[in-house]
Amino acid sequence: MAELEAVIGLEIHVQLATKTKMFCGCELSFGDEPNVHTCPICLAHPGVLPVPNEQAIRYALQIGLALECEIAPWSIFHRKNYFYPDSPKAYQISQYDIPICGAGRLGDVRIHRAHLEEDAAKTIHVGESGRIHGSAASLVDFNRGGTPLVEIVTEPDLRDAAEAAEWARLLRETVRQLGVSDVNMEEGSLRVDANVSVRPAGSSELGTKTELKNMNSFRFLQRGIEAELARQRALIESGGEVEQETLHFDPASGSLTSLRSKEEAHDYRYFPEPDLVPLAPTEEMLREAREALPELPAARIKRYESELGLSQDVSQTLATDPRTAGYFESTVEAADGVEPRVLANWVTGELAAALRQAEVEGGAADSRVSPPALATLVSMVQEKKISHGSAKTVLTAMVTDGGDPAEIVEREGLAQMSDSGELEAIVEKAMVDNPDAVEKIREGNGKAIGAIVGAVMRETKGRADGGEVNRIIREKL
Amino acid sequence: MADITDLTVLEAHNAKMAGELSAQEHSEAWFEAAAGDDLNAYLWRNDRGAEAAAIEVQQDWNAPIAVKDIFTTEGVPTTAASRILEGYRPPYTATAVAKLIEAGLPILGKTNMDEFAMGSSNENSAYGPVLNPWDRERVPGGSSGGSAAVVAGGLAPWAIGTDTGGSIRQPAAFCGIVGLKPTYGAISRYGMIAFASSLDQCGPLTRTVSDAALLLAMLQGRDPLDSTSVGIEGGVSLPDRENLAGLRFGVPAELARDAVDASVREVFERTLEKIEALGGEVVEVSLPNAEHGISAYYVIAPAEASSNLARYDGVRYGMRAGGDGDLTEMYEKTRSEGFGAEVKRRIMLGTYALSSGYYEAYYGQAQKVRTRIAEDFKGAFSAVDFVVTPTAPSVPFKLGEKTDDPLAMYLNDFFTVPMSLAGIPAISIPAGLAEPEGGGPQLPVGFQIAAPAFAEQKLLDAAYALEQGIGFDARPEGVGGADG
Amino acid sequence: MIDRDQVLHVAKLSRLRLSEEEVERMVGELSGVLEHVDRIGNLDLEEVEPTSHVVALENVLRADEPWQSLPRDVALASAPEPSEGAFRVPSPQAE
Repeated sequence: MAELEAVIGLEIHVQLATKTKMFCGCELSFGDEPNVHTCPICLAHPGVLPVPNEQAIRYALQIGLALECEIAPWSIFHRKNYFYPDSPKAYQISQYDIPICGAGRLGDVRIHRAHLEEDAAKTIHVGESGRIHGSAASLVDFNRGGTPLVEIVTEPDLRDAAEAAEWARLLRETVRQLGVSDVNMEEGSLRVDANVSVRPAGSSELGTKTELKNMNSFRFLQRGIEAELARQRALIESGGEVEQETLHFDPASGSLTSLRSKEEAHDYRYFPEPDLVPLAPTEEMLREAREALPELPAARIKRYESELGLSQDVSQTLATDPRTAGYFESTVEAADGVEPRVLANWVTGELAAALRQAEVEGGAADSRVSPPALATLVSMVQEKKISHGSAKTVLTAMVTDGGDPAEIVEREGLAQMSDSGELEAIVEKAMVDNPDAVEKIREGNGKAIGAIVGAVMRETKGRADGGEVNRIIREKL
Repeated sequence: MADITDLTVLEAHNAKMAGELSAQEHSEAWFEAAAGDDLNAYLWRNDRGAEAAAIEVQQDWNAPIAVKDIFTTEGVPTTAASRILEGYRPPYTATAVAKLIEAGLPILGKTNMDEFAMGSSNENSAYGPVLNPWDRERVPGGSSGGSAAVVAGGLAPWAIGTDTGGSIRQPAAFCGIVGLKPTYGAISRYGMIAFASSLDQCGPLTRTVSDAALLLAMLQGRDPLDSTSVGIEGGVSLPDRENLAGLRFGVPAELARDAVDASVREVFERTLEKIEALGGEVVEVSLPNAEHGISAYYVIAPAEASSNLARYDGVRYGMRAGGDGDLTEMYEKTRSEGFGAEVKRRIMLGTYALSSGYYEAYYGQAQKVRTRIAEDFKGAFSAVDFVVTPTAPSVPFKLGEKTDDPLAMYLNDFFTVPMSLAGIPAISIPAGLAEPEGGGPQLPVGFQIAAPAFAEQKLLDAAYALEQGIGFDARPEGVGGADG
Repeated sequence: MIDRDQVLHVAKLSRLRLSEEEVERMVGELSGVLEHVDRIGNLDLEEVEPTSHVVALENVLRADEPWQSLPRDVALASAPEPSEGAFRVPSPQAE
C-alpha cells in the first residue's frame, strides 16, 4: 500500500484584548462572578442593535498585516444562524464570504483568511456528573458572550503533528508581540483546532478531513493530531473510509471522541447582517496599523539569516523572543571587529549553558551579563588575550556577580600567557617530565600530545593558548 | 372635554402659546379620553403611577402620545402583541421613545398591533383585534392598527408606529388619518423590536400633515446605538406651501390594477384632478419591476424575521413553556405556544428562503429585484418630483374577511411595499370617503405620495398643500365635534 | 411546491413544533405563497447586484470605551429560571 502522507490545516481563534466587547460597551471579564458584564445588547433583548468596536477592527488589521494578508478594501458581516443557549441572538455575527483579511503567509504556512466575529457565552453543565452527558441542566453566563475574536484559517500546508505544534507556537508568539491578545491557551484567549486528513504520498487530491477540537496546549495539540493521524491510517489500511466528523481529544486517556452532529445543525443559513454597514479600511487606518507593528519573529529571522549571515537554527533561537533578540543586537552594537555569527554562537551556546548551570531564571536579557561585557569578553578571546577556557571561567563569574571581564581577568590572573619565552620553558619542562609521552609522539601516536598539553595547562592554570602549546611541542620534537 | 381633544397638536400648541390652554389641561383631557378605549386599541394605559416611573416626563409641556407596543419602554410591559413576551418589562427604553420623553411628551399608553408587526389588519394580535372607529365591524389596517385607531378614534392626539411594508400608511388610510414612513435610516431603530431589519422604520400617525412634521422633527436623527441611522440632513420644519405649481406627479403604469376597488379608484382619480387644480402636473411613469414588489418583500421580510425572532427561545426573558423536556423540547414548545399562526408562517417561509439550496433562488433573487425596484424609482424621479398611488387596493374590509387566505392578505401591501424596498419616504393622506358595498358607514380612502430618499421636507410641503386643497375633515361618527 | 417533508425539516430548523393539522395547513399556505413568489425566478437578473445594504454608509464604529453594564439582578429580572446568578436551561439531549 502506498505510503500515506498527513495533510493538516489549523483554525485558530484569537480573543482580542480590547477594553470592551465586539458589539457593545460591556467590559471584558476575567474570571468574574457570572453575568456581571452584560447589557441589553449582549443579552439579545428585543430591539437591540450591534455597533462594532473600533479597536477590534484595528487589531484585526494588525493581525492581517502581520500575517502578510491581503486586506479586503470592502468587507461585510454575516449572520450565522443556530440555536444554542450560549448564543443569545440565536445567530452569531461573523464574516462569511467577504472577510476583512484574505490570503497571507507566516513562515512556511499559507494563511487562507482571517475574519472578525463575536464569542459565545459560557455554558456550565450541572447535574450528576457535571459533564454534558447525563447532566440535568445548564447554567449560562453571558460575561464572555460578545468578546471580539479573530478567526485565522490556514491552508492545509502542514505535514506532521510536530510541525503543526511548532507553527502554532510561532503564530502565538507573533500575535503576542502585536499586543492585541493574551493568546493564552489555558485561559482560552487562544484556541487551536486542527483539520486532519491523509492521502497517498505525492497525490494532489485531498482526503476526507476530520476536525479536532478542545486541545488547550501545544503539547496536546501535537498529541491529538498524532492520535488522529494514527487512527486514520489504521482505518484506511484496514480497508475503511474516513468519515467527516468533529472529534474531541482527551489528553488524559489519549482517546478521540466523536461528536457526530445532526445534519441540520450545519445549515447556518448565512445572510448579510442588515444591522451593520460594510467595513472599508481607510488609508489612515492601514497606515496606523502598519506603524503599530513591531518587527515580528518571521521578519527578524529572515534578517538575521540574510544580513547577519546566521544559520536558520541560530536565527530562530535568537529571533523568536524579542528580548533575546534585543540582547543579541545590543551585543553586536557594542562589539568592535567581532562577527555577529561569533557573538550569536556565544549567546546561544556558552552563555545559555552558563545560565543553565547556575540555574538562573529567564534568558540572556535577564542575566547579569551585560551586552557590552559579553562583547568585550568575546573580543578578548578573539584577540587571544585570554583562552576560550579562561573566558568560560570569566563568564561563570559574570553570571553570578556581573562585572567587567577585563577586571575579572586582571583580578584572577587569567590573562593568556603571551610571553612565549615563559611558555617555552614550561613546555620544555613538561616534555622532560613526560618522556613516555614524548616517545609515543615520536613513534607516530599523535594523541599522546594530550598528556603534555594537559601538563602545560595545569602549570599555567589554563592561561596558555592550546593551539600555541601544540605548536611549541611540535617544534621541539 | 370634547373641545380640547378636537384640537390637532399644532392647534393645541398655538392655544398654549396664546395662553388659552395649559399643558396640564391638555394632558389631562387626553388621559381621560384614552381611558374610554372601546376599540381594544391600547394594550397598556399609563396610570402615571410608580410602574411608569422610568418613562415619565420631567414636565408635561408637550402633547401626550400613544406608542405602538413594538417600542421598548423601561419597566413598562412591552409585548409586540405576542404571548411570547407576555409580562415582559424591558430594562431599557427605545431611542425614539426616549427622545419624545425628553421633549416632554407624556406616554398615554402602548397600542395594539399585529403580532411582531406581521399583518395588514391587526387581526394577528394575541390580545384580540383592534376595531376601526369608522365601523367597528371592520379592520383598522395593520400592523400599526392600534396607533391608527387611537388617533382616528379620539383616544390620542398623535401616535408613533412602524412601517415595514406599509404598516403605517395602510392603517392610516383605513382610519382616515395621516401616516408617514420616512426614508430608511431617518429615525433610530434602537429599541424597535425587529421584524425585518432592512425595512423597518418608525413613523408618525397624526390627524394632519403639520402634526406629522412636528413629530418627525423630534424623532429624526443619527443614533450612535444604531449604525444604520443617519437622520435627515437639515432637519424638518412645519410645511408651508400654498399650491402645487411647478411640481410633477408620476402615476406608475404598472401599478394600475384591476383589483383596485372601484370606489378607491374613483377617489384616486378625483385626487389627481385636485392636484392639477392646484397647479401640479400629472404624468405617467414606468416602474417596470414594482409589480414584483410583493414577491420580493415576502421573501426578504420573512427571511430577516426568521432570524430576528430566533432569540425568542425562553432562555433569558419572556415566556418559557412548562414541562421537563430537554433543551430542544423547551425551544419547540415555547415557540410553538408563544407565537401565533401568522408569525409561524413567516418564520417558516423565511427559514425556507434562507436554507441550504434555496438561498440563491429566493433570498438572492429577491434582493436583486429590490435593486431593480430602487433603480426604477431613481429613474422615475429624474422625470417627476413624486410618485403617487392609492395607498390600499380597497376600503377597510370586514373582520375575518381575509384571514383564511394569507396571500390575499399579503396583496393588501401591493402599493406600499415597493417604497419600503427602495427605502424611500412615503406618506398617506386621507383623500375622500367611499360607500362600501352592501351599505354601512362611509369609509376613508388614502392617497399615497412617495418622494426620493431624504426629501421629507419636499414631501411634507406637497402633502400639506394637497391636504389643504382636499379639505378632508370627516371623522368617525361620535368622535369629536364632527357630524361624521 | 413545498411538500410535507420539507415543512417538517424547516420546522425543525426553526425550532417550531407543528401539530399534524398545522403541518397540513402549512403545506397548502406556504405553497400558495411560494407559487406567487416564484415569479421572480423567471426574471433575468444575471447582471444585477443584490441589495445587501440600504444606506450608503461605511465604517460606522464605536470607540472602545466601557459603559455601565446592567446590575446582575436587573439582568436576571426577566429570566424565566434564574439560578446561582445565571440563566438556567434544560440540558441538550445526550447524543
